[in-house]
Amino acid sequence: MNPREILPETGSIPRPAFAAKGLTKVYGEGSAAVHALRGVDLTIPEGEFVVLLGPSGSGKSTLLNILGGLDRPSAGSVSFEDSSLTDMDDAELTRYRRDHVGFVFQFYNLMPSLNARENVELVTEIARDPMDASEALALVGLDQRETHFPSEMSGGEQQRVAIARAVAKRPTVLFCDEPTGALDSTTGRAVLKVLTDVNERLGTTVIIVTHAASTAQLADRVIHFADGTIRDVVLNDTKLTAEDIEW
Amino acid sequence: MVSPLDRKLFRDLARIKGQAAAIGVVIALGVMMLVMMTGLVNTLDETRRAYYDRYRLADVFAPVTRAPERMADRIAALPGVAAVQSRVAGAALIDMAKGELPVRAQALSLPDIGLPRLNDIFLTSGRLPEPGRSDEIVLLEGFAKARGLKSGDKITATMNGAKRQFRITGFAQSPEFLYSTAPGEIVPDDARFAVFWMRRAALGAAYDMEGAFSEVLVALTRGTNPQSVISAADLLLAPYGAAGAYDLKDLFSNRFISEEIRGLRVSTASIPPIFLGVAAFLLYIVISRMVRAEREQIGLLKAFGYTSWEVSFHYLKLVLVIAVLGAIVGSIAGVAAGSSLAVVYQLYYKFPFLVFTIDPRSFVIGFGTSILTASVGSLFVLRGVFKLTPAVAMRPPTPPDYSRAFDLAGAMKRWLDQPARMVLRRISRYPGRMLGASVGIACGLGLSAATLTMMAGFDTTIDLSFTVLDRSDMTVVFTDKQPPKALLELGRMPGVLHVEPIRVASAVLRNGTYSYRGSIEGRPELPVLNRVIDTDFRQVPMRREGLILSQTLADILHVTPGDWIEAEIREGRRPVLRLPVIGTAQTLTGAPAYMELGALSRALQEPEQVSGAYLTIDANRTEQIFERIKGMPRIAGATLKEDARNALVEIMNTGPASVRFVMLAVAAVITFGIVYNAARIALAERMRDLASLRVMGFTSGETSFVLLGELGAVTLVALPLGSALGYGLTYLMVKGFSTDIYQIPAVFSPSSHGTAVLAVLVSAAISGWLVKRDLDRADLVEALKTRE
Repeated sequence: MNPREILPETGSIPRPAFAAKGLTKVYGEGSAAVHALRGVDLTIPEGEFVVLLGPSGSGKSTLLNILGGLDRPSAGSVSFEDSSLTDMDDAELTRYRRDHVGFVFQFYNLMPSLNARENVELVTEIARDPMDASEALALVGLDQRETHFPSEMSGGEQQRVAIARAVAKRPTVLFCDEPTGALDSTTGRAVLKVLTDVNERLGTTVIIVTHAASTAQLADRVIHFADGTIRDVVLNDTKLTAEDIEW
Repeated sequence: MVSPLDRKLFRDLARIKGQAAAIGVVIALGVMMLVMMTGLVNTLDETRRAYYDRYRLADVFAPVTRAPERMADRIAALPGVAAVQSRVAGAALIDMAKGELPVRAQALSLPDIGLPRLNDIFLTSGRLPEPGRSDEIVLLEGFAKARGLKSGDKITATMNGAKRQFRITGFAQSPEFLYSTAPGEIVPDDARFAVFWMRRAALGAAYDMEGAFSEVLVALTRGTNPQSVISAADLLLAPYGAAGAYDLKDLFSNRFISEEIRGLRVSTASIPPIFLGVAAFLLYIVISRMVRAEREQIGLLKAFGYTSWEVSFHYLKLVLVIAVLGAIVGSIAGVAAGSSLAVVYQLYYKFPFLVFTIDPRSFVIGFGTSILTASVGSLFVLRGVFKLTPAVAMRPPTPPDYSRAFDLAGAMKRWLDQPARMVLRRISRYPGRMLGASVGIACGLGLSAATLTMMAGFDTTIDLSFTVLDRSDMTVVFTDKQPPKALLELGRMPGVLHVEPIRVASAVLRNGTYSYRGSIEGRPELPVLNRVIDTDFRQVPMRREGLILSQTLADILHVTPGDWIEAEIREGRRPVLRLPVIGTAQTLTGAPAYMELGALSRALQEPEQVSGAYLTIDANRTEQIFERIKGMPRIAGATLKEDARNALVEIMNTGPASVRFVMLAVAAVITFGIVYNAARIALAERMRDLASLRVMGFTSGETSFVLLGELGAVTLVALPLGSALGYGLTYLMVKGFSTDIYQIPAVFSPSSHGTAVLAVLVSAAISGWLVKRDLDRADLVEALKTRE
């Protein structure tokens, strides 16, 4: 890996997926106030594989939630393509998540009452231009387990169903919050492989929050967080494949 | 030093305060009903006992036509007699303002000096008549209040055919007249019956009773069988026109209050347990859900080295705090509600004082039930705690297994979208849990439906008695039996449209050991103004061969048509008749026995006579009719049907039956509490799934469908279940509320059930709205990050 530091942003990227300016997020008030984000400026180009790295409480998840339309900043602005996320009301944010965003969480969050295929269909039923549920499951290598319920699958398999569910709508952006946090190295690698595949084959922008530094070896762009600010942004020229990264 | 676990306990309580409060309230209401109702029963019972005791109410009453004073000494000498008091009692009519009917009254004597040995009176204001004054009276307070009479007022009364004027010197209450009812009427009415007391010499002079008495009161020594004294007294007094001595339990006022206390006791035994049972069930459902949600923390505590017992005890304490707080609040509310209702009863029963008695057992039962059900419910769930190893508890939970559940949703794949499938799968995966929630809501519905049905039953009683059966406008009672030509005189009065005779012969009806002190009503062959009908509302014609009993009386005597009963007539020659029961009739007031008028006269071996009549009148001439009746010496009194109806309504609304309003309120609160809890539990259990849906881009409405669809399904299942339950509960409830005076029918009332269903649906809608609001406000990210 041969990281090259660029600060500030060069502006050479043709079309940014996200552009944030002065993003601030404060939880609580007065002496109990916690500053999760302290004026973050950031541009993420379309189609990149981005890893947000940093210790717990550094603000990376907060940023992810704001970009994903799950939370609102206390100050500052953020736009997705040509629309301002900060100006959207709840219904518009719902629409934004429905049409553009896929989420993968550490704890999968599958519907236990639906089998693998049905969990994916949950999304394809409401998406504008979804892929077939089987296709999405094939993408994560689970086409043979379509009718299995979450209780019948391993953690890695459940996470892959969660990814299939997230990508089935052909999202513009895929957000992953510690997607391998609950997995061992073998299943973790398999999950990361699926994520890089989605990024390469579908052109989906993938943004991963993790504190596993090894994941950064897969990224186009690594953003380091500390104390609610971006410490540095590193562009990675020598991306490894999921099989090759150190765990 | 508070242990960290206890601190956790209080924080947990604070966290679930809404739900804890909802459960606590349901428990509190159950305990409140129990404490309140047992408190009322005991208070009434104790107060009555103390009142009777303090004012020396007699045990045996022996009325005669006229007996010389020495006979009182003879009775005093009977074995088992502790004290006697002879007195003069006479019927009187008090003149009221112009255009109003005179009021029937009973005049009773006080000894010439001092107070009576038995049946003392409680002077509420003023003074007793001066000895030697023949124009001073003490008036029953209830009547005075109902008529707005004041001390010093003058009243005119017709006694023994002569008009006399009296001055009221004071007002009194008497244990003998907790209820005052005009002879021949069922429903007590303060305004239409008066009692007044005079000195013996004055009253004796008015009724030609110098040196004689018309009633002797007897107090018995402890353990004496009243029946032996009654027989001996009857024998002694037979030559003096004894009407038959009777026991205190047959004294009308006492019988009425005994019936009410009995009814209240039945209600107390049946209704609070229903409320407590529902509360217990609800508590169980909520606790099991709470402990499930604490799975991870349980694992953590065990990992720290806490034993299963310590962990279980910790959660048990949480439950006990809710149960005990609920029980405490319920007890306090029960005492408060009981004592304030008791004050209402005190006014209603006219007790001069109140012995407020709380049965400590009701606290024990209330606390015991709450704690027991709470503990059993949580112990059931906590069994799982023992099985759980820390490692398993702290790993991300295995998703609940839906693969083996009966897959109705899969079978209906074509028609369902995924959210609908989630709703259906959950229901088929957890039929027990869903059924539990349904049963909970059904309990609430049943409680409301039963209470409402019972309320409707009160209206049915009024309606049946005063609209369906009694189609007259007015009832006239003669002072004594009259030949039928007295009816002609009534019929000739301008404004009187129809006249229908009635002959009432008081009697003790007996079948083996079952007996009832009432009367036989002689009626024309096909009564029109006051009808007799069967359960299908068909008119029952009087037949010559025998008696038609009201179903209530048939039940008391345990007879069916075809059986024979014995009737000891308590007037005239006092014959004992054996009569066949030839039919039963539907009545909801009193417990009458009917017989054809002519047949009754023949059985009594007397010429046909009447004791009263039902009239229909021209409403425009009511006042003239009253004026005419006032002038007719043979008429003891007349009652407008409307007044009698109002009196019954008043009794139902202010007496013990008024508890039903409290019950309705409690049932409504419990119903809402159950539905709301069911919704909250569903929300808590599904928060993560719902948040996931929101994150995926489902709108808040679409997400709510998954939650509210379940609530809706659970509620729909609850509706028929609850209605059936309510039908059963109605029987339990009406049994407690029916008294000697009126019965409450347990008829299925579609509108009551409809109202209860509506209440549940409204509760479900409000609860749904409340949890949807919580769902919309929920922090999606938090919900997704926390493990179950």
